[in-house]
Amino acid sequence: MNEPTPDSNHSGVSVKVCGLRKSFNGQEVLKGVDLEIPSGEIFLIMGPSGSGKSVLLRHIIGLEEPTEGEILINGKSIQSPEVMEEYRLAMVFQSGALLNSLTVAENVGLYLSEHRLKPPREIARIVAEKLELVGLKGQEERLPNELSGGMKKRVAIARALVIEPQLILYDEPTSELDPLSAVVIAEEIVHLKKRIHVTSIVVSHDRELAFGVAHRIAFIHEGQILAVGTPDQVRQNPNPVIQHFLNANFKFD
Amino acid sequence: MFQNLGEMMLLFSRTVRSLPLLWRHRQKVFDQFFEIGNASLLMVCILSFFIGGVISLLTGPVLVERGLASAVGGLVGLSMCKELGPVMMSILIAGRIGSAMAAEIGSMRVYQEIDALRTMNINPIHYLVMPRVVAVAVALPLLVIFSVLVGWGGGALVAATNPKISVSFQSFLVNLKEIVTFGDVANGLFKSFIFALVIGVVSCHQGLQTIGGPRGIGRSVTKAVVNCIVLIVILDYFLTRLLL
Repeated sequence: MNEPTPDSNHSGVSVKVCGLRKSFNGQEVLKGVDLEIPSGEIFLIMGPSGSGKSVLLRHIIGLEEPTEGEILINGKSIQSPEVMEEYRLAMVFQSGALLNSLTVAENVGLYLSEHRLKPPREIARIVAEKLELVGLKGQEERLPNELSGGMKKRVAIARALVIEPQLILYDEPTSELDPLSAVVIAEEIVHLKKRIHVTSIVVSHDRELAFGVAHRIAFIHEGQILAVGTPDQVRQNPNPVIQHFLNANFKFD
Repeated sequence: MFQNLGEMMLLFSRTVRSLPLLWRHRQKVFDQFFEIGNASLLMVCILSFFIGGVISLLTGPVLVERGLASAVGGLVGLSMCKELGPVMMSILIAGRIGSAMAAEIGSMRVYQEIDALRTMNINPIHYLVMPRVVAVAVALPLLVIFSVLVGWGGGALVAATNPKISVSFQSFLVNLKEIVTFGDVANGLFKSFIFALVIGVVSCHQGLQTIGGPRGIGRSVTKAVVNCIVLIVILDYFLTRLLL
């Protein structure tokens, strides 16, 4: 992969999570989460299934309303409507969440066409460029149900790239992927950060991805942050829950 | 139930407020409109023909017995355009189109497509709800006009061919023209327009409320159709009283 050139006109945003609590039907899923993620960082939220990672991510992009606490994007609450107008935020969903009735090209160009930001010919050019970037050149006319899981995720990344986001959130980007596709996605996360200095928040329980791409890692367990630090700091954290998670392997007699 | 009604009213008001964006979303409205037409036209035709025929068959002999044979045309005409056309077609569209709307939006909700729209700052009401509500609000009255004409045709055919009635096409049409006024047709079209709004809003609302995977989608579809039919029948009574 060629070393990308950073885009000087583009900068990421900082994210601050303050005392975030969330309950669903009386059951507390997030129990007072505090995080601070500076602009341009690749921040990974790691933890076992059901620990509240994805719920936290959905709060960060404003898809869920906190029961208590708040999320600040460059100091402004994500709940205020102008944040979505002022900053470009994108999310790559675990399933890709492509619109099944649209072709790959229509999915990727949706943001531009719906907000009328570019003329159709320009949109087609940008879509082709972004698809090439994620290794899907020439797939424009295919429908999402004709794509594999990995391809769907790459289309979702291309769709996020079109927004030229200042904050990009990835929900389990390597789950359900073969190791090769997982590497492509991981490289794409790093490549994107280098190219446009985007702030990236990745939710994953993939240990290889975590220690391979993240600047810092937060370990979440039962809705609480147990540790935040560099990959080395988290790896050396003595907390038994973290050590158990990091060292879990198949054991067969 | 009241919470649902309140949410539906809110969705309706948001849909109305998004109408200035109609021109921008015209392609989606056309797509929905043609889908509704394609999916329903044949069924509307069959159903209306036989409804007209049944009214003629049931009322014709009774009217002939009492020396009122010529009134068959007016009776079939009025029943079709004021009541049976709008109500039966609305129920048909609720089952055929309302269910499809609830299923499509429901599956988009379950598979996070609506969340994806929101993260792109695309309002699901502008993108999904408004085009569907507008399309059904335009398509249903047009289908009702078609249904009424076919129903009159069915009634006339039965009246002419059934030996117990034996009212010619010509006298059927003369009586129909005497009895049915433009106001009666407009009355039916107004009802169907209101029913169309109910179908659009209720179905989209159920779709947007969907939770819980494929089973949730199934539940939403059932609820959408049942709620549409119940509301159509209740509203029909009040609209009929209002328009008497």
